[in-house]
Amino acid sequence: MADVAFRGATKRFDRRPAVEHLDLEVADGELLVLLGPSGCGKTTALRMVAGLEEPDEGEIVIGGRVVNDVEPKDRDVAMVFQSYALYPHLNVERNIEFPLRRRGVDAQRRRQTVHEVAASLGLQELLARKPRELSGGQRQRVALARAIVRQPRAFLMDEPLSNLDAALRLQTRADIVALQARLGTTTLYVTHDQVEAMTMGHRIAVLDHGVLQQVGPPHALYDRPANLFVAKFLGSPGMNVLPATLEGTAAHVARVDGGHVPLGDDGVAASGQVASLAVGVRPEHLALSPSGTLEAKVLLVELLGADVHVLCQLGHQTKLVVRQDASAPRPAIGDGVRIAVARGSVHVFTGESGGRLGGPG
Amino acid sequence: MRPDSRNGSGERGSRCRRGRASRRRRRLAARYTLLTIGALVVLAPLYLTFVSSLLPPSALAERPPPLFPLDPQWHDYVIAWTQGDLGVYLRNSAIQTGIIVCGQLVTSVLAGYAFAFLRFPFKRALFVVFLATLMIPFEVTLVTNTQTISELGWYNTFAGLTVPFLATGVGTFLLRQAFLQIPRDLREAATLDGYGRLRFLLRIALPLARPALAALGVFSFLAAWNQYLWPLVVTGSGNGVRTVQIGLKLLQGTEVSRTDVALAGTVIAVLPLLVLLVVFQKQLVRSLTAGAVK
Amino acid sequence: MSRGRESPPARTRRSRAVREAALGYLLVLPALAVFGVFVFYPFAENFRLALYQTPPYPGLPSRYVGLHQVGQVLASSGFLQSLGSTLLFVVMVVPAGLLIGLLLAVAAHRRLRAMAVYRVIFSSTVVTSVAVSALVFGTLMDPVVGLLPWLGLNPSPPILQNTTWALPAIAVMSVWQFLGLSFVVMSAGLSAVPEEVLEAARVDGASERTVFWRVTVPLLSPTIFFGLVVATIYAFQTFGQVDILIGYSSAAFEHVNLLVYDILNTIEVAKTSGQAAVLSLALFLLTLGVTLLQLRLVERRVHYAA
Repeated sequence: MADVAFRGATKRFDRRPAVEHLDLEVADGELLVLLGPSGCGKTTALRMVAGLEEPDEGEIVIGGRVVNDVEPKDRDVAMVFQSYALYPHLNVERNIEFPLRRRGVDAQRRRQTVHEVAASLGLQELLARKPRELSGGQRQRVALARAIVRQPRAFLMDEPLSNLDAALRLQTRADIVALQARLGTTTLYVTHDQVEAMTMGHRIAVLDHGVLQQVGPPHALYDRPANLFVAKFLGSPGMNVLPATLEGTAAHVARVDGGHVPLGDDGVAASGQVASLAVGVRPEHLALSPSGTLEAKVLLVELLGADVHVLCQLGHQTKLVVRQDASAPRPAIGDGVRIAVARGSVHVFTGESGGRLGGPG
Repeated sequence: MRPDSRNGSGERGSRCRRGRASRRRRRLAARYTLLTIGALVVLAPLYLTFVSSLLPPSALAERPPPLFPLDPQWHDYVIAWTQGDLGVYLRNSAIQTGIIVCGQLVTSVLAGYAFAFLRFPFKRALFVVFLATLMIPFEVTLVTNTQTISELGWYNTFAGLTVPFLATGVGTFLLRQAFLQIPRDLREAATLDGYGRLRFLLRIALPLARPALAALGVFSFLAAWNQYLWPLVVTGSGNGVRTVQIGLKLLQGTEVSRTDVALAGTVIAVLPLLVLLVVFQKQLVRSLTAGAVK
Repeated sequence: MSRGRESPPARTRRSRAVREAALGYLLVLPALAVFGVFVFYPFAENFRLALYQTPPYPGLPSRYVGLHQVGQVLASSGFLQSLGSTLLFVVMVVPAGLLIGLLLAVAAHRRLRAMAVYRVIFSSTVVTSVAVSALVFGTLMDPVVGLLPWLGLNPSPPILQNTTWALPAIAVMSVWQFLGLSFVVMSAGLSAVPEEVLEAARVDGASERTVFWRVTVPLLSPTIFFGLVVATIYAFQTFGQVDILIGYSSAAFEHVNLLVYDILNTIEVAKTSGQAAVLSLALFLLTLGVTLLQLRLVERRVHYAA
């Protein structure tokens, strides 16, 4: 086991940067999730650790050693591919055994290890099958088994759940978390699914256009997003973002389409220099209330079981989502409503760079 | 079409159905008739050859020709095998075909692997060069190739018979395509599992390219075994490396000029390939139609 | 546990790329060597040889005559007759072979009882060599033991010596031999025609005949065209039939002196490599022409299923 680090790692494809000057440390035994939309560079970052891509600049460090010049096979990391990459002509047993054959493990020891790992993942009945005779979930477990069997210094997982159906994904998510906790192996986990990231990661690193946006524990990113991108990407539905102007010099209140929102008690310092602003409020911090400070019209009401999402229009341009309990009285489409904003829940960002100026936390 | 056949209800509907059924039966009968006539026409030459090869010489001129060898004479086969030297020719053909098939498989696998997986300067240009060989029929290169063979002293040798055919543009193309079908993830997984280029080729790529290998193998077997022009040119004298196809010409021509013996020789020469056809029909069809259907 | 060499990344990367390239060349080399020596060199040599006249007696040096020899050979009556016979042969063999192959393929296309047997039978001539076919048909057409006199066909002189009938006789044999390939190719083309399209046409009220001519054949046109090109190129290369059944001692030889036979004759009997080179280039141009025609037509006229 080992820690993993990117030090100023940069990778360009045809001069277009895929990962730009990435600095990131993954502690020994940590499960770090690389999160971002497709094309954000998260998979490229993972492949640099594996040695499948060479960084154009910067260093990749595994276990305190720069590995830029180390061949992939000598890096002692195991990868779980999105497609699982099982060898179609080998049965499950041979697939799991495959990495061991090149490591000078004797046949009997190999057999024993394979059977232990297979048993731990509930694969012992399937050892004689070929990959094409397995279900998606079973293939996924074989891919995991093949990674585990080597006892590598780090696991690299590239969207390992994206080919599973929703129910299985939920189950497997929990299985992987438990497995990682049991083995204590440093893990880099790539996904575009923020729910996966929130539920699995010890920490999350959010990437956009090859640039690291923020790193931290899930709740920190959720509660204190460093910028608009992170704010919108985390949470479902994402944070409501409204263009705003500050009212007066006190800056305890921001004016938006259809009304105003209260800022935190300390307001926004130094806001005088900022030309345009955006405020962000999570749907769960909004409520329909006659005493609300925002005036809106109901566009859509979505029942999601325990929750209700109410999509409203403020003024001409702005839309936002209010989350309500299903037990609360539901408005009808077209109703005029007022929306109350919970105190101390408003994030303030600059309108141009999207950087965080202030807010709760 | 009967006037009521468009009405689909009640009594008239069932009559309509009966009409359709009988029409279908008639069509089926017509189809089988056509198929059978076709089969007879296609088979007749080979079948008559087979029957004639078993007839006593006196019965050869009987008309109509006997359709069953009531009193099969295997004697002609013995003559063809011994006096006609067919045994030797068959052995030579087996060696010649074996060398060509193995050679083509090896060179195609190596080049196909390089074109599919490796990066090197002028790769595209070289691939075009490989494909360009398809545009040059072997017959066009005959003038100089005969000279080359004589300068190398390769007349009447297996080298002369086989070396010009040890590489194939089609085969390289076929295997490159097969290798390109292998997902990149699989290659990378093998890399991380510690398998270098050669081991990846042997343990992953070749097993996965088995259908293409089989198709190429069957195809080059067929082509090599049936070669006529080149073996004729390079096996000028003596039986040393003469192949079965050339042996057939000699059977028919000078050496043992007896029709029944020649026919027995023909059967011996074609039999291995008919077996090949029945056993490897799928691979054969695949290789013959590689360029036909997109 | 692993390599501890600390070299600048750029250098290792370059040396890794060099090693990969070296391996690439190494793997391509065997095939390339064979192609170089036995395909490209002799092909190019044709252009040089065509400019030199081989003297009538061996041992004398050959003489540079420029394009004179090319014109001489191409205008010679021998070449024109050979070219004419070859083209006539192509016309007799290719359409007939393709059409019968298509007919049999369509007939055998349904999933019906015993179809597998018919398919093996129809494709069987794929494996019969030229020598086998020639012997089989040589016997059938023999004036003494053959079947022709019994069938009432007894031309005089015998068919393979007959200036009128020798070429058609060779063509019939070649059509038979080509049937297997034609059938296999057409069957593969047919099975690539999507069944839903045919069903859609039937539901739209088209008769089987209309479906065949208006849907199947257009969708099959790339296959038919492929067959046409391959068959034409093969027919240009016909040699064994002439060598075994006719030979230059036959009375009909002048009329069945197909191009490749002419080339080999020029090399081995006349021993004039310059003339043989000109003939070889003519054969090459014929092949090239057909192939280029294919490229042109495939782009323009032939209907492709999307």
